[in-house]
Amino acid sequence: MVVDGVSKRFRLYHERNQSLKATVMRKRRSVVEEFWALRDVSLEIPAGITFGLVGENGSGKSTLMKCITKILRPDAGSVTVNGKASALLELGAGFHPELSGRENIFLNGSILGLSRKELDRRLDDIVDFAGLHQFIDQPVKNYSSGMYVRLGFSVAINVDPDVLLVDEVLAVGDEIFQRRCQEKFIDLKDAGKTIVLVTHDLAAVTNLCDEAACLENGRLKVVDSARRVVDQYMNSMQDEGPAVEHESNGDRWGSGEGRIEHAELLGADGAPVTRPRSGQALTFRFHYQLDQPIDRPVFGMAVHTLDGTYLTGPNTRYTDCVPDRLEGRGHVDLHLDRLLLLPGTYDLTAVIYDYSCVHPYDHRHRAFRFNVDPGELRETHGMVSLGGHWSGPLPTRPRHQSG
Amino acid sequence: MSSRQLMVNLTLRELRTKYKRTALGWAWSLLNPLAIMVIFTLVFRVFLKIEPPTGSPSGLKNFPLFLLCGLLPWTFLVNATNGSINSLVTNANLIKKSYFPRDLLVASQVVAWLISLAIEMSLLTLVFLIMGNFNLLYLPVVVLVMLALAVFLAGLSLALSAANVYFRDVQHFVGILFQIWFYLTPVLYPVSEVPDRARSLYGLNPMVGFVEAFRDCLYHVRLPSFARLGSLLLVSVFSFVVGLWVFNRMEGRLAEEL
Repeated sequence: MVVDGVSKRFRLYHERNQSLKATVMRKRRSVVEEFWALRDVSLEIPAGITFGLVGENGSGKSTLMKCITKILRPDAGSVTVNGKASALLELGAGFHPELSGRENIFLNGSILGLSRKELDRRLDDIVDFAGLHQFIDQPVKNYSSGMYVRLGFSVAINVDPDVLLVDEVLAVGDEIFQRRCQEKFIDLKDAGKTIVLVTHDLAAVTNLCDEAACLENGRLKVVDSARRVVDQYMNSMQDEGPAVEHESNGDRWGSGEGRIEHAELLGADGAPVTRPRSGQALTFRFHYQLDQPIDRPVFGMAVHTLDGTYLTGPNTRYTDCVPDRLEGRGHVDLHLDRLLLLPGTYDLTAVIYDYSCVHPYDHRHRAFRFNVDPGELRETHGMVSLGGHWSGPLPTRPRHQSG
Repeated sequence: MSSRQLMVNLTLRELRTKYKRTALGWAWSLLNPLAIMVIFTLVFRVFLKIEPPTGSPSGLKNFPLFLLCGLLPWTFLVNATNGSINSLVTNANLIKKSYFPRDLLVASQVVAWLISLAIEMSLLTLVFLIMGNFNLLYLPVVVLVMLALAVFLAGLSLALSAANVYFRDVQHFVGILFQIWFYLTPVLYPVSEVPDRARSLYGLNPMVGFVEAFRDCLYHVRLPSFARLGSLLLVSVFSFVVGLWVFNRMEGRLAEEL
């Protein structure tokens, strides 16, 4: 598939009037500002590879997909696709609510370019895949939204295209259906089909794609191996990412002789990081202020997921790092060789307790929030890694690349 | 050809869903023209005393049958055009999310309503047959004129439906246009009522030719003149070519304008 110098311009209407009168009165349709959704994008996607397309919202990914599928006509440039292209842009877009599932399969299938004969042959596969035997002769308006989407996906993926374009739709249905989708996806990949995947799920890009491209403001920024594109994309996001560690309205209690002033995240080089990466060396630094001498204070922290699951709660007493007496201002650090949290958003609690860990001097419950980005640690299941490494009749891999 | 398949499926969708969830179903397709026929007969024949012409050579003089010969093609025009204008807007989601030849949406509307017309015309023909007022030799001519009318309307619908995406006024404007057009078409009255000096201007309305052709075959039982048939075919092809040209010009940006 060759995308050659494609540009696409949209018109932003300031005084949008779809009325003839206004047009005649003003002698023009409306005040128009031009917006280039795509600027001179050239790509060559070799047959048989899985290609990822990443970029922020509004960077032109979907517009490019629509140009490839001929839904939009580019203002400049051309797209050449060898073979039949099928797009999973919106599932079940053409379904008619009053028609039965079966009738909609035929309608939707022919929109995607299948003949009646091909559809007859694939009908069973499609129904099987969607898991809708019981309901296939029911009008689709009676379907649950999950069933609706499953049927849409099932039709689209059974079109057996040479080129499959997927826009953010892999995550549909329940877990069983998702697994089936992934398997089908791998089957198509193995069958030598070209797949173009648009997604914000960077893990999926690294896992599934061979090559990838990154779009930024309608321009092609980089085309390279999927892994390198994702790395580069994440680096660029880091620069402009929102402040990671802001204080949220967590509860705070304690007798107040000592206080946690604030918390910081530091990288291996000791410089503050805004978005730590999974698997990266990281230091949590807590700045304290003790107004009067405190005997054997215990510093601690806790990490919660946003839904409140308590993941871990290390403190200085467990490691016997408790001073006899402490006063004034300073900081304590917790060093991690590798951050074992998987990508996501977490709440951080910081505390100072007495040695019994019963009396709080200051407890700032879930007062800080931070994001973990995908990094060297490539695991995606669960919330934390155990940080282990595999052995057995397996090829050896560098220790820090578990997963 | 998969686009022919899509055409068939879109038309089937139209036919299947048209009277879904109605108790009377397809009977509505016949009840509508019948109701209008009854109303018009009461108003124009009973109260206003409009005389239907005597069929020559058939000798038939019957206002409801005279009316139906014009009313059925006219309702076909209204339904097919309005259906097409709405079809692009109601299928906006489909147009924005998948690619297929968009003119098929319009074509399927026209064909679906053509099938309705065919059913209505068959029943009307049956009535004429029962009344002994028909010559089966003219049946192919009726079919030919129906097809020409469909081609004519396809062109009109293509242009209007595409224009409506850009200017939503079109659908309202068309409502008024059809009111005027209806009275400029000899549905309720015979062409002989039109003053002679206005006749040539009046004849520029293509619907005059279509209605007259149907009446020639069914009511009068005579062959329409070849000049009339020829001009109808010409008008149809012209309308279709222009409509397709307009539609193709506007099609490129349909997905973003909708």
